[in-house]
Amino acid sequence: MTYKKINLPCKRELLIDLKSGDQVKITGVLYMARDAAHKKITEDFLLTGEFPFDLKEQGIYYSGPAPAAPGCVIGPAGPTTSMRMDIFTPVLLENGLAVMIGKGDRSKEVVESIKRNKAVYLAATGGAAALISRCIKQQEIIAYEELGAEALRKIYVEDFPAIVIIDCDGNNLYKTGREKYRL
Amino acid sequence: MLNYEIMRLIDTIKIKNAVEKMCIEACCKISFDVIGCYDAALADESSPMGEEVLRQLIENAKIASTENIPACQDTGMSVVFADIGEEVSFTGMSITKAINDGIRDGYEKGFLRKSIVKHPLDRVNTGDNTPAVIYYDLLKGNKVKLTVMPKGFGSENMSALCMLKPSDGEKGIIDFVIDTIDKAGPNACPPLFVGIGLGGTADKAMLLAKRALLRKPGDRSSKKIDAKLERILINKANELGIGPAGLGGNTTVFDIFIESYPTHIAGLPVAVNISCHSLRHREIII
Repeated sequence: MTYKKINLPCKRELLIDLKSGDQVKITGVLYMARDAAHKKITEDFLLTGEFPFDLKEQGIYYSGPAPAAPGCVIGPAGPTTSMRMDIFTPVLLENGLAVMIGKGDRSKEVVESIKRNKAVYLAATGGAAALISRCIKQQEIIAYEELGAEALRKIYVEDFPAIVIIDCDGNNLYKTGREKYRL
Repeated sequence: MLNYEIMRLIDTIKIKNAVEKMCIEACCKISFDVIGCYDAALADESSPMGEEVLRQLIENAKIASTENIPACQDTGMSVVFADIGEEVSFTGMSITKAINDGIRDGYEKGFLRKSIVKHPLDRVNTGDNTPAVIYYDLLKGNKVKLTVMPKGFGSENMSALCMLKPSDGEKGIIDFVIDTIDKAGPNACPPLFVGIGLGGTADKAMLLAKRALLRKPGDRSSKKIDAKLERILINKANELGIGPAGLGGNTTVFDIFIESYPTHIAGLPVAVNISCHSLRHREIII
């Protein structure tokens, strides 16, 4: 298996080279946020016009980790179902978010916003949380600590395995992959 | 009148301790028969990306088991089936409290994620993964069988119920089940295990579907008519092309289990409850 290497944050012109179906390994910073953090980020943005971190060229990983056992950086942290974040996503993409990592389908509105903003949607393997958490080398809660597992975290990952599902042209591996093997 | 001389007395602390242990085990140790499904699918899968996903699942199960950490961060809402012999009497705390105390301690000691909110709208976390969803059944005998199923919601969210007409028959069931799996697509973490409840009432059908997920991979229904339908559905589901993690492939389901029950002359309820590839549950007989 050949992997493309991505470093995050990442310039748009490099993201454009990623094509639906590419396998990648990511090194760099990711922000970890799921349902409750997305709701808070959006509410805060409507109130103050600001985000809790600069979204430009950054990536968000949809995940809410299990508690860390003694000696671990973080608990198991696999991807959660992305479609629950769809309603919050276009405004983040319009404001600079470049990469999303989760699992499962996205809405039409999100796909359109991905194309318009030249972003990319990746998937990590759902359920492979123990394996994935080994790639997370640092983590800190940067906002909404009261949300526990759903707090907004900044993490540093090395060789985090993912697959390009929707590229910046809107090609979707969930559609093309299924068509290829459908009898 | 009850004959107390034949009643067997069980201290509910035993139930609490058993539930605590089963929560942790179910989340951290993927069972051997499920890993057997990963191995078999790896030999059969024609998509290279599907193979890669299966290899990751095998490696993930190994890491989780060796380090005694959860295989998935979604350690679920605890569904507990308590099948209680009619000759059993309990001493100590109430059985419901024992089950919930077991979950609270299991989730704390096992570093499992607490994923339950108090109210579906205010969404404040209860902080200890309680309360469980508990189903009590009375059976003959003097034993208690407890089953703990930590149910993840990526798959639970793709559940569906359809009140078919009797004239819809087998074709109606097949179309609805296959459509539900197709819609679940990559969201429910395929390859899936699918529980199907046929008959009863709306609520009974869904409970049958959930109970169906307690069967072992490869176990066909003891009812010929259901076993035949299971085979048809497994083949059709694997023709969908969804594949491991939804990336395309010929392994969309590992297994489909049907549980059926008598129903009304006017109805044909069909419920679908989906499990991800991990099929987590543990049981004990006390």
